[in-house]
Amino acid sequence: MKYINNTVVMKRMKTRLNLNKIWKMIFLFATSLALLALVLLLIRIISQGTGYLNWDFLNNFGSRFPEKAGIKAALVGSFYLMLVIAPVSMFIGVGTAIYLEEYAKKNKITDFIQMNISNLAGVPSIAFGLLGLTIFVRMFALGKSILAAGFTMSLLILPVIIVAAQEAIRAVPKEQREASYGMGATKWQTITRVVLPSAIPGILTGSILALSRAVGETAPLVVLGIPVILQFLPDGLLSQFTTLPLQIFDWAKRPQEEFQYVAAAGIIVLMIFLVIMNSIAITIRNKFQKRY
Amino acid sequence: MASHGLEKGQSVQQLIAQSRNKKGKKIIEKSMPILLIITALISVFTTIGIVFTLIFETFEFFQRVSITDYIFGTEWMPFSGNEPTYGILPLVLGTLKVSVIAALVAVPLGIAAAIYLSEYASDKARRIIKPILEVLAGVPTIVYGFFALTFITPILQQLIPSLKIFNALSPGIVVGIMILPMVASLSEDAMSSVPNSIREGALALGATKLEVSLKVVLPAALSGIISSVVLAVSRAIGETMIVSLAGGATPRFDFNVTDSIQTMTAYIVQVSSGDAGYGTTIYYSIYAVGFTLFIFTLLMNLLAQYISKRFREEY
Repeated sequence: MKYINNTVVMKRMKTRLNLNKIWKMIFLFATSLALLALVLLLIRIISQGTGYLNWDFLNNFGSRFPEKAGIKAALVGSFYLMLVIAPVSMFIGVGTAIYLEEYAKKNKITDFIQMNISNLAGVPSIAFGLLGLTIFVRMFALGKSILAAGFTMSLLILPVIIVAAQEAIRAVPKEQREASYGMGATKWQTITRVVLPSAIPGILTGSILALSRAVGETAPLVVLGIPVILQFLPDGLLSQFTTLPLQIFDWAKRPQEEFQYVAAAGIIVLMIFLVIMNSIAITIRNKFQKRY
Repeated sequence: MASHGLEKGQSVQQLIAQSRNKKGKKIIEKSMPILLIITALISVFTTIGIVFTLIFETFEFFQRVSITDYIFGTEWMPFSGNEPTYGILPLVLGTLKVSVIAALVAVPLGIAAAIYLSEYASDKARRIIKPILEVLAGVPTIVYGFFALTFITPILQQLIPSLKIFNALSPGIVVGIMILPMVASLSEDAMSSVPNSIREGALALGATKLEVSLKVVLPAALSGIISSVVLAVSRAIGETMIVSLAGGATPRFDFNVTDSIQTMTAYIVQVSSGDAGYGTTIYYSIYAVGFTLFIFTLLMNLLAQYISKRFREEY
């Protein structure tokens, strides 16, 4: 008696193998669709925006006339905003990470803080805008200033920085800490002279990536009521200001077609800004990160 | 430094005792943990701040508008002069339309990309594709919004002539593209963490790669994949700039995706970019809408955490 019919087996094998090939193509196609979207987006924006991208565009203030519109105030505003966000968010973020990784005991409170951080990361950015509007703009009476916006944005990117710093600190091997204690160093000395120097590339990379997210963020600033078109540069941290994404948002909303090109030119500047920041982050990661 | 060196006539014990007694060091050792706890508590206070701000201002809102009218009302017309109505359902429906379309785009494509990356792609292909996905995830939402309004909408209008300039379809698709990298990379993480021995077992039994992917790896990684989808949808619900630019400002209570809509986030932006005076009902309404949005995303995030914890397969 023959239990296995060879031709049937061969036939089924063939269909199964063909199915495998077809689905591989489908999976590859799905993956390339995502890449296609990115390419289309870049081509579209570059082809629309390059015509308007010149020195006048960088050096003019906002205007009602598309040919005179520029991004000077927005560019300087975004830069000032970064100057507030970077130290504030890094100080709080790295401090939290050191506490959680080096000092905190494994208990309910630590678990709660940790859970809170991961939930905070999922809160929509617009909710941070409402928080900033009530607390910083109104309660602390900072107005629609760089400081108010900077604090709001710092809180927004805080979870990202904390998690990145925690990972960087966790990656420092235990032996290094123990060697430091063995030499008689105190806990704080070990943290500042052994742990942090090893962890700083990872912390910096994560922080710069988080900062670049803050630079591109629009929604919270709209809620804070940050003005869009300004004819002057900010003259201090309590001054009014505007940022690149806000300026782009305003142009994109306008019905005249010329403003779409102006908006595209603004987007190119914003993307260049982000590419520079990301390249710095990646360079730091590749150059200084140690693997243990 | 002199104090660290051994001075004449001083024993090592004395030196140790001397350095122990140094006051500055002790103060730093004791005070730094306290400072660090304070920084750690800021994140907790942020959450408390968000929740309380939203609750207080929402409470103020419900002094003026009945809570049942808000939750069950099907008409959202805050700017109508004589009799403004505040029924949240049209805004919720607008948000849902966009999120569902986004999920329809992102879930199949994202999971397919995850399967390709984790099961089929060579190391080299993976090294090229993953950074590109990261770039896609890092594009600011305002750029996506611009892309939806000026590129996707005109293309869709060629295909569907009845499509309005502002609609649910175009922002839905673009939000889908925005959350796609999130679905792909989180699902890929989940699938890559399935141990190779299980794959090899199935392959040794004669399964094809497709059968291994769909019948072995996918079920094993299912909790991670589902939680990535839930997280991505929660991101879509909270997405603001794409829907503000391309979705329009017409809250409506129907399932039409070709007409102008308004989502919860877009309403907050609309009021904020106008001049709603402090203390007016419209001013408080953005907090009520924000609170509703917050509850939606919080529930989804908790659900994602629950799924990934409760149903995780441990190897």
